[in-house]
Amino acid sequence: MLKTIFRIVRTGILTEPAPTVYSLPEVGRIHHELLHILGRALCIRQVDAGSCNGCELEIHALNNPYYNLEGYGIKFVASPRHADLLMVTGPVSRNMEMALKRTYEAMPDPKLVLAVGDCGCDGGIFGESYASCGRVANVVPVDLTVGGCPPPPVEILRAVLGLARRLR
Amino acid sequence: MRREVLKRENWVPAARAVLERGGRLVALWGSGRRQSYFVCAAYATPEGLVWAELPLDGGATYPDLSPVFYFAGRMQRAMGDLLGLTAEEALDRRPWLNHGAWPYGYHPLLSNSSGKEVFDDCDVTDYPFVKVEGDGVHEIPVGPVHAGIIEPGHFRFSIVGEKVLRLEERLGYTHKGIEKRFTDLPPEGAHLLAGRVSGDSTVAHAWAYCMALEDAAEVEVPARASWLRGLMLERERVANHLGDLGALGNDAGFAFALTQFSKLREDWQRVSRVVFGHRFMMDRVVPGGVAEDLNETALTLMREDCAAFGEEVKALRVIFEEHAGLQDRFIAAGRVRPELANRLGVTGLVARASGQAVDLRCDHPFGPYEQLEVRMATHRNGDVAARVIVRFEEVLESLRLIEAICENLPRGAIRGEVEIPVGEVYGAGWVEGWRGEVFCGLELAGGKIRRCHVHDPSWQNWPALEHAIMDNIVPDFPLINKSFNLSYSGHDL
Repeated sequence: MLKTIFRIVRTGILTEPAPTVYSLPEVGRIHHELLHILGRALCIRQVDAGSCNGCELEIHALNNPYYNLEGYGIKFVASPRHADLLMVTGPVSRNMEMALKRTYEAMPDPKLVLAVGDCGCDGGIFGESYASCGRVANVVPVDLTVGGCPPPPVEILRAVLGLARRLR
Repeated sequence: MRREVLKRENWVPAARAVLERGGRLVALWGSGRRQSYFVCAAYATPEGLVWAELPLDGGATYPDLSPVFYFAGRMQRAMGDLLGLTAEEALDRRPWLNHGAWPYGYHPLLSNSSGKEVFDDCDVTDYPFVKVEGDGVHEIPVGPVHAGIIEPGHFRFSIVGEKVLRLEERLGYTHKGIEKRFTDLPPEGAHLLAGRVSGDSTVAHAWAYCMALEDAAEVEVPARASWLRGLMLERERVANHLGDLGALGNDAGFAFALTQFSKLREDWQRVSRVVFGHRFMMDRVVPGGVAEDLNETALTLMREDCAAFGEEVKALRVIFEEHAGLQDRFIAAGRVRPELANRLGVTGLVARASGQAVDLRCDHPFGPYEQLEVRMATHRNGDVAARVIVRFEEVLESLRLIEAICENLPRGAIRGEVEIPVGEVYGAGWVEGWRGEVFCGLELAGGKIRRCHVHDPSWQNWPALEHAIMDNIVPDFPLINKSFNLSYSGHDL
């Protein structure tokens, strides 16, 4: 137990100030702006509609101590009925088309939709086929897309902010 | 790789012979060549990889391998969906990848299918799950959309109270026609698609594809390139194990673990970003070698990093070991005993945690592993605790390997010349990814890809998860599932 506590103390709060590498001051600024705009929690329901799981790994990273999404009132929720924003990855597989539509229908307004990753934007390398509907916008209305394969967490965060601005 | 054409009457006896001699089935797939069909099986034998083929001579049926290799059943069902080939006398012939969104009579891998057909009037249908009946038995359906940030799949639990009597998986939701898509791409560019079969194993799949292409085109990969591939594969292993160890702690209610390990994983991926230009090292393994060379600064950075990470991971391992509550959840949960693991034919870290000493890096060393002498991590208990221990040991061993690679990296070129042959050639790639053995079987004809079969180890391990959860309680499922952490996309293709 002591070891755990010492470690927590030693680790400290990593979210601020920004550590090394890239774009970290940006994270703090986006958090601040997001709080200013929303003044309340933003709830996100994530649906993998056929991705390779690369985008999911980066979406997961949003919850690590550096990006600390939840610390700022933005959280991923378990039900579309609790969600303001639907975050969709992948080219939408035909096998997931109905599940994605139903998830979208289950959401309350304003039903914001963010397509994450190159596949979600334009079908990516998989394109359209007997098994793939291609981009997310071919299945549900999309408000914003964020490209990249996969997009780094800070880009996803920037896109969430872009959508929150529209909400205002 | 040795290719053998078998007669129909030898198909099943050959499989039994492989099993009796301590070999295993690696992958099973079908291939269409000029209006005739072949069933192909890749076997791991003590002497190496054998690619066995059964010509169907105008027919569309072949002998069932599932009585010999348990997990062959689903691969045969997938073959039925993709090529219309059926296993004679197979008990389970339900479609697997086809959920009804395209006609059951449409087989995308047939040469007369373009793969671009759209069937707007088709919709996904219900699936005949096996019903468990009895006093107080009820079902919990989960998925395909899960409560967290996870890939889609459906789990049907039959339970009494909290106890799971049976779990039946239904997969295929992320099927996006990858194997058909391969045939549209030029052989020298299809590594991009292979790198997107399963995002968490992008290095392993891209390497397996490139290895198959290099085998088929007889390309000599420079030693430096081969070592750099090994370096990336080990970095991928560490990243995934770190992420999973955190998630495993979290699923047992120990959020501290998630915070600590997700921090480590982020640090690790940022170094990958700096050194390789991509957080997952996507598209860095290319036909003939690797995309970019590394300088001394990068190698020093990674080497120093390994020492620091090693200390952190060891400290966290002590915390895991000493945490009674955590161990209480881990120990005996989701047990796959060695005998069962052997019978089910599991692979990768799940196999190693259940007393099966299989690791390609040791058994059939490829690339730099011949010189690196990998120490295999194994455990006999086969429970979540054992899989956690194996992961910790593999992280530490990978850190040692990365240091060794950085210190002894051979000098020279990083890319060999790839000339795509115009004739009919075959190649196989076989790589021990972080999850287990990744395989790629490639056929080129006329300078194009005629068939590319990519196989993720999840095919072997998904059926074992159904066994691991039996007699456990429903709330332990996320924990047990995470300890396997199988790929949906890599399986569904």
